[in-house]
Formats: sequence, C-alpha cells, structure tokens
Amino acid sequence: MLKVVHYINQFFANIGGEEMAHVPAELREGVVGPGLAFQQAFGGEAEIVATIVCGDSYFNENLEKAKTEIIEMVKKQNPDLFIAGPAFNAGRYGVACGTIAQAVKEELGIPVLTGMYVENPGADMFKNSLYIVSTKNSAAGMKDAVKKMAPLALKLANKENIGASAEEGYMPNGVRKNFFDQERGSKRAVNMLLNKLSGKEYVTEFPMPDFDRVAPNPAVKDVRKATIALVTSGGIVPKGNPDHIESSSASKYGKYDIEGVMDLTEETFATAHGGYDPVYANIDPDRVLPVDVLRDLEKEGKIGKLHRYFYTTVGNGTAVKNAKGFAEKFAQELKADGVDAVILTST
Amino acid sequence: MVKEIERAGIPVVHMCTVVPISLTVGANRIVPTIAIPHPLGNPALTMAEEKVIRRALVERALKALETEVSEQTVFEK
Repeated sequence: MLKVVHYINQFFANIGGEEMAHVPAELREGVVGPGLAFQQAFGGEAEIVATIVCGDSYFNENLEKAKTEIIEMVKKQNPDLFIAGPAFNAGRYGVACGTIAQAVKEELGIPVLTGMYVENPGADMFKNSLYIVSTKNSAAGMKDAVKKMAPLALKLANKENIGASAEEGYMPNGVRKNFFDQERGSKRAVNMLLNKLSGKEYVTEFPMPDFDRVAPNPAVKDVRKATIALVTSGGIVPKGNPDHIESSSASKYGKYDIEGVMDLTEETFATAHGGYDPVYANIDPDRVLPVDVLRDLEKEGKIGKLHRYFYTTVGNGTAVKNAKGFAEKFAQELKADGVDAVILTST
Repeated sequence: MVKEIERAGIPVVHMCTVVPISLTVGANRIVPTIAIPHPLGNPALTMAEEKVIRRALVERALKALETEVSEQTVFEK
C-alpha cells in the first residue's frame, strides 16, 4: 500500500476561518477533511498516513520556518507521495501548497501533486516546476478536483509515465510530450479553422506565450512636490460599505473623498475584505491604508500632497480580469487629476 | 492593479507582505510589510509605536518611488 502525506490549511481542517489563519503547522495521524475523498478515490491502492495542517497566514508570514518544520514532519512519515490542497482560488493557500510541494520534491525527492484554480497566484509561481491540477475556483469543485487529482497522484507515486497535460489534467508546464493523434495534422488544422470561422470553440495546439510585464516608469523627481494617491486591495471603505463592495470576488471598486480626513478611525472606516482577519484593520484602518502618516508627511512638506481620493477594492478571489478593468479605469482618472505617483497596499 | 497603474504611466510602489506574489504579478517597486491582516501596523505595540513603524515603511515607499529601477526591485531597507 502506498503511503501518502496530505497538506491542508486551517479552514479545510475545520479549525476556523481567517481568525485562525495564524495557527502553526501540526501533524495529525490519518485522514482529515478533504483527505477522505482522496482516500476513497485511491480505492485501496494508497493510504493517507498523516495530514499536516497549517494556517495560511502562518505559512506565508514565516515561510522558511514553516517550510523547515513541515519538511521535518513529512520526512518522519517517509511517504511515497505528498499531496497539497487543492487550494482552488485561495491565494495564500495556493502559494503555501506550491511552496511546500516544491520543497518536499527538492529536499526529500518524493513525488508531489497539488491543485488550484488557474488564477491562483500559486499557479503562475509553480506550474512550470510542479504538477498542478487545474481546479474550479471554489471548494464546490472538490469532487471534480479529486476525480482529476487522485489518478494522477497514483501514477506519480507508482513512478509511471505521465502523459500530456491535456490528457492528465495538470496545467501546461512547458514540457513537450510526443504522441500520435488519431487524426493527422492537416485535418485537425482545417477543423480548427472551420470552427474558428463559424464562431465555434476550438483549442489551439500552439498557445502563444503570455509575458505580461510592464516596464518600470521613471522615478519621481522630488516627492516633496509630488501628489501621491493611495490605492488598496485591502478593502478599506467608509464604515457601512456604502457601495457594497463584495467581501470576495469583487465586481467593483470604490473611490472615496478623504479631503480633511487626518486619520482613519474605527468609527469612520472599516474593511470589507473577507479574506483576512478584519479585527486589526477595523480597529485602526491606517494599518492597511496609511492616511495618518501621509497627512503628517504632507504637513511637514515631505510630500507635495495626498490626493483627495483613494481607490479601493477587495482582492479576495477577485478575477484578474476585473482587477485589471478597475485599474485601467481609475488609472486614467489619476492621470487626469495630475497624480504623480501611487502607493498601493495589499493584505 | 499595480501593473495597470504602471502601464498608464504613473510610477507605483506595491506595499505587501507576501512578496513572491507581488513579484509574480509583476510589480516593479516593492516594499515588504509587516503581516497580512495588518501590513502597516503591529497590534502587539502601542498605537504610538505602530505609527513610528508605519511612517518608516511609508518613507521607504517614497524612497522607492524616487529611485530609478530597471527591473523588479524589492526595497528591503
């Protein structure tokens, strides 16, 4: 029987949500939470001998320490396979799954597998070095994820030959796999073209690489004369969230006037973000959007001016397309308003 | 959002705790912060002490904006 160690976060271990994201790594014997579905899918071929549970914030804020602790736990179990997640669209969880899977693979030489949604930041970071199964964007997709991950996990543990990404369900990793297709190339190409011309769906066999990088702008000459604007993905809004920005998967952003506001307080501002423990930001929203300090610097002449409006949204499972759209729009306003530079804070 | 602001021609500094995400997304000027739920504060300190730290981080961000960079740069100090 193959031995598997499974890594999950505090949420899937039923310890708690964001208020428990600080819990350190712990090892539990046997199956916890989603491990049960994997165990069933393995059909007696493999057993989850231990589950490592770690808070998402603990992992990301104590990267090296958490890595060392977890590697030690995995090593003691001497497993045939390490599975992390799936993390769906949970950003910190995805980064944790990718980071720890990579470390286990490199330091212990054990096959590893993880799964997440394609827009999870962990996907771009690790898809070229790990097998990452592409999942749906929420835990509602668990069944589907397990169905794809379990067979690939067994193949990896048995050191079988792994097929192309399209067959096995992992994210393309840039490694070319040769195989004989049932139809010859010319026929496939014509079919693709016909589909394209008639507006039907088709799948390219040669996707163009996506290098979306923007070159840095020249530096600000003198911040003492500059107008600085604040932007955040940390969800700071006037108390009561007047525009009803969603706590996750935000479909909009807010623009708020802070003329005359010297300090963000518990009475006047709060966070709308549902992806981190809001207690600290609600007590003092300056901890996310530093208006108090920028006002001091403005008074002392160390910056020209704090821009009259700040822009805010919730960066929690928010589609990249939406975030891009928000900023495309408000960046033009910032330019038109003569803003010289932006400080963007993220949680 | 960082990238779109940069693309519009406005220099931007990203203040965040999980620097690897910022690097993956493509921010060019990055200032690492304290913790995910309170990037610019530390509830273990008094409000006055916190403000000193917050100011230091914001001043580092302003310095980053005044610094010419040719590639992604993390301003650790």
